[in-house]
Formats: sequence, C-alpha cells, structure tokens
Amino acid sequence: MAVEPAQVAMTLSDQLPILQILIPLVTAPLIVLIGSRRLTWTLAFTASALSFVIAILLLIQVIDGSVISYQIGGWAPPLGIEYRVDAANAFVLLLVSGISTLVLPYARESVKFEIPARHHTLFYAAFMLCLTGLLGVTITGDAFNVFVFLEISSLSTYVLIAQGSYRDKRALTAAFDYLIMGTIGATFFVIGLGMLYMATGTLNMANLADRIADQGANRTVRAAFAFIVVGMGLKIAIYPLHLWLPRAYTFAPSAVSVFLAATATKVAIYVLLRFTFSVFQPAFLFEVNTLEFIILPFALLAMFAASFIAIFQSDFKRMLAYSSIAQIGYMLLGISLLTETGLTATIIYLFNHGITKATLFMGVGILVLRSGGSFYNRIQGMGKTMPWTSGAIVIGGLSLIGVPGTAGFISKWVLVEATIEKGWWPVSVLIVLSSLLAVIYVWRMFEALYLKTPLAGTDYKEAPLSMLIPIWILALSTIYFGFATDVTLTAARAAAQGLLAGSAGMM
Amino acid sequence: MRHHLILRVITKLLVGAIMLFAFYVQFHGDFSPGGGFQAGVIMAVAFILYGLVFSLHNVQKVFPPWLVHKLVALGVLFYAGTGIVSMFLGYTFLDYGALVPSHPSSGQHYGILAVELGVGITVTAVMVAIYYAFAGRPPRLSDEEW
Repeated sequence: MAVEPAQVAMTLSDQLPILQILIPLVTAPLIVLIGSRRLTWTLAFTASALSFVIAILLLIQVIDGSVISYQIGGWAPPLGIEYRVDAANAFVLLLVSGISTLVLPYARESVKFEIPARHHTLFYAAFMLCLTGLLGVTITGDAFNVFVFLEISSLSTYVLIAQGSYRDKRALTAAFDYLIMGTIGATFFVIGLGMLYMATGTLNMANLADRIADQGANRTVRAAFAFIVVGMGLKIAIYPLHLWLPRAYTFAPSAVSVFLAATATKVAIYVLLRFTFSVFQPAFLFEVNTLEFIILPFALLAMFAASFIAIFQSDFKRMLAYSSIAQIGYMLLGISLLTETGLTATIIYLFNHGITKATLFMGVGILVLRSGGSFYNRIQGMGKTMPWTSGAIVIGGLSLIGVPGTAGFISKWVLVEATIEKGWWPVSVLIVLSSLLAVIYVWRMFEALYLKTPLAGTDYKEAPLSMLIPIWILALSTIYFGFATDVTLTAARAAAQGLLAGSAGMM
Repeated sequence: MRHHLILRVITKLLVGAIMLFAFYVQFHGDFSPGGGFQAGVIMAVAFILYGLVFSLHNVQKVFPPWLVHKLVALGVLFYAGTGIVSMFLGYTFLDYGALVPSHPSSGQHYGILAVELGVGITVTAVMVAIYYAFAGRPPRLSDEEW
C-alpha cells in the first residue's frame, strides 16, 4: 500500500502545497451550490486571499533553495502525482495569487457594470476555477498534471472572455478564436507529453529529467520538445502564434483582462522554462538550436513588430494587448540566452511586467467603467477629470517603457546585462531601440489622456475607492520594486539557480 | 391524436432499465470495468432519451435545470470532500488509507467508491446540462442585438 501503517499525522503546514490548490478549487463549486449573489464575492475573495497567504508561506520556506514535495493520495513519486514547490514556482504562485487577490476587489464594481447580475455567481466560480488551474499548472511536479490544470484554466478562461459579450458581442468570436487556438496548443502539448512518455515511461518531471539525461537525445525526445514548445508557444502567444491574444484581451471584461494579462501568459512561460531547463537539458544541441535560431529571431521580431502595431492602435485596450506580445518577446529573449543571468532576467521580467500590465489594464477598465469605451477619442481628456486613475496609468506606462525608478527599468536592465554578458551586444542595442517604440505608444496614450480636451458634455466622476486602492497598490509596487531591487532579484536568482541546477538529479 | 406510440412505450420501458444499469456500472466499478464517468453518461442518457421523446418541457419538470446546476457542483465537492476528510485524519489529500487506518486496502475501497460517486453525480449533471443548453437554445439573434 501507499503508506506504512505507523504514519506520522500530517500537520497544517505539511498540507500547504495542496491547500494552495484546494481552497480555490473547492470554493468554485461552493459558490455555485450556495448560489447567493451577496455571498459570492466574499467567498471568492476569502479563498483568493487565503491562497495568497499560503503562497507567501511557501515562498518563505523555499527561498533558500530547498524543495517541498507533496504526494497526492500518499502515492510516492514517480508513480503518484507529486506537487513540488521550489523557488521558481513559489515565485509564480505568489504572483498569480497576489494579482487575483488584488483583482477581486477591483472586479466587484466593474463586473456589476459589465455583466448582468444573474451571471455573477457563475462568473466568480469560473474565476476561481481559472485561478485553480493557473496555480495548479505552476505547483505540480507531474507533467500530465500540468496538462490537466492547463485545461481547467483554459476552459474557464474561454468562459470568462465570452462574458465580455454583454458589452461587445465580438467577445464571443474572440473567445471562440482563443478556444480553437488554445485547444490546438493544449493538444500539441499533450502529444509532446505522449512522446516523452513513450521514450521514458514516466510522467514525473524530475524522473523525466533523469531518464532523458541518461538516454540522451533521440528522435522521439526531439519531436517531443518541438511539440511542447509549439503547444506552449500558442498559450504564451509567441510572436507568430499570437493572433488570439489581442482580441481576447480587448473584448474580455476589464477584470478578466487584468487577471489574464498579468498571470496566464506568465504561467505558460513558467511551464516553458520548466521544460526547457529542468526536464530537457539545456546542454542538448537541438535545444540550443531551437532557442537560438527559432525563438530568438521571433522574440526580436515580436519586440519590434508588435510594438510597431501597438503604436497605430486607436483603442487603448488593444494597444496594451499588442504591447503584451512585444513584452513576451523580451521574456523569450531572456530564455534564449540560456544563461543564468538570462533566466534571472526572464523571471524578474515576468514578475515586473505582471504588475505593470495589471496596473495599466486596471486603469483602462476604470476608464471603460466611466466612459463606456476604451478608444482614444472616447477617453480623451480624462486625465483632468479622473486624476487618480490617470496618475496610476502614467506610472504603469512609465514602467512599460522602462524609465529608471520603475520596475520595468530593472527588468530591462537585467536583460541588457544578460545579453552583454553573453556577448550579444547587437541584441542589447535592439532592446534599447524597441523600448523607444514603447515611448511612442505610451506617449499616444498620455496625449489622449492629458493633452486633448474632454468630450463635450461629459463629466466623469473619479473611480470608486474599491478600484482605486488595488490600482494604486499595484502602481506603488511598480515604483517600490524599481528601487527595492534586492527583493525581486534575490528571489529571481534563487529561482533561476533552482531551474538550472534542478535538471539532473532532482529526485 | 398522439404520435409515436411505439417510441413512447419503449422509452417508458427503457428509462428504468437504463437507470438501473447506470447504478450497476457505478457501484460495480471497483470490480469490473466501469465507474463514475461511464455510469454518469448512462444515467444522463436516461434523461436525454426521455427528453427527446417526451419533450424538453417534460424532462425539465422531472429534473429541473436549477437542480442540474447544483448537482454539477455537488459532485465535485463530494470528490474533494473525500480528500479533505483524509486530510483531517492526518493523511495526505485523497489518501483513502485514512478511512480505515487499520486496514488501508479496504480504506482504498471505500475511498474509491466515494470519489466515483462524486464523479458520477457531476458527469450526469454535466451531460444533462449540455443537452438542456443545446435543446433549449434561444432563437437566433435579432438584427438589433448586434
């Protein structure tokens, strides 16, 4: 049997890894079962706050490089499903649960405005499932379990995006596009896993890493890597696979855009990191080639092409979506360097961009709440009527460019440092050049908000406090992490070392 | 004048048998092929067949949509609840050995029956919910809605 009879009873702190998933997972059906519109939000927020606390406790335990392993059902890995927390995924868990805890208070008002009341309980249930899925993808140490949680988060994401249809019917086609692309991505991912299973006979990531290291590269392993990269690439929205993203982010309800932009692609990038560095060995030639000749050019292309498209958008939300694709390029650039500094840069970028984009999407959500649209000619001059909201947007915009004193500067700085360390100085120049494009699209937004006169006959009130507090927490934290760099740098470096060292001999 | 006499009579005969078979597959799942997923689908078939022959309106009187939605959630909670019970007993999540500590293998037996019941409830409700959603589809969008 799985456990020996004389077993030591597990305490609450031993159960933390499963509680991280279980609390939002149980809350989702509970919300549906209770079905009370008044309790729904409180339940969702409590669950999210609890999982945030758990994520903090887990990160404290693993920041020194130790690893927590939790066996589901008492079945020891590699046979059973294992939850494995190290510095890398604890950091992502913290980001996901933290953003969700900030988004929920914000969501309260914007959901009331954008979604009819009879759908509120189901909306929050889907939100909880999405949170569960994203946390699950991050925490699990079992490759197939990643796929299962990925599907949980994806399916609930499609539903959440479609909820935007009460404001704009195009949300339905956006959700359907994402459904098709996301399903193709998930299928590619699972085909890759199937090939890995064929080649190694195991699904536990640590065990996979050992066996792949033993047998070396062969055609099955190479094909598996290709399928996994493309599958995850669709979820990440790597440049040529990004077509679902702008529409999905533009038409989703504001709160959903905030949550997805700050977490969903980040979690997918984490999975790519985990597979590239822990499961497959960075020493494999096919992997180096893939990253250098496929991922790197597309990352550079994304940085320029997507930024360029962002400049010409006339919709604030759509501009942010294209800028996300460009920023994903920077993160992939960090991965393709295949060095510890590059990896640190990606992880720190992931976190800093998460909070920056969350600030901006929250800001545009508030503008939508007041003006009913996110086109520049609709929101023009709102910087004067809504100074607090616009102030936070400006801070987010500065961080997006990478102005010194903001979180965005730190991530670009580390990235430039990493490229110089590798000797790829032309790439460093390209990073700086593409940041100039960001200056232009952020300027256009600034111009619309501050330099144009407000539309005649509009007199918008400042946003409610329940939305201003979350957005300002995020805006201030982008400044805080722009100065207190050792917090994020230490965690990101520990995470990078964990990922690199974790490849062989994880067991 | 009532149509489809044969269909109606056969359906009335079959619905009971289908449900009985669903219960057999559900509770015999630990000894023979079957379990919650299969049993859930078979159980849902009973309702869907009834709905096809006797109209959506009538099947929704037997199995109202609000109940379907609650059952979707209830099944998941039942599954997770089994795991939580074992956590309260000091074991890991879903370690059914906790249910009978002196004899873990019969604990596994009870545990798997409990989670399969949860699966069965959810699968039944989800299948029926999908049928309701398609069968009760609102009319096409009118031009003003775009």
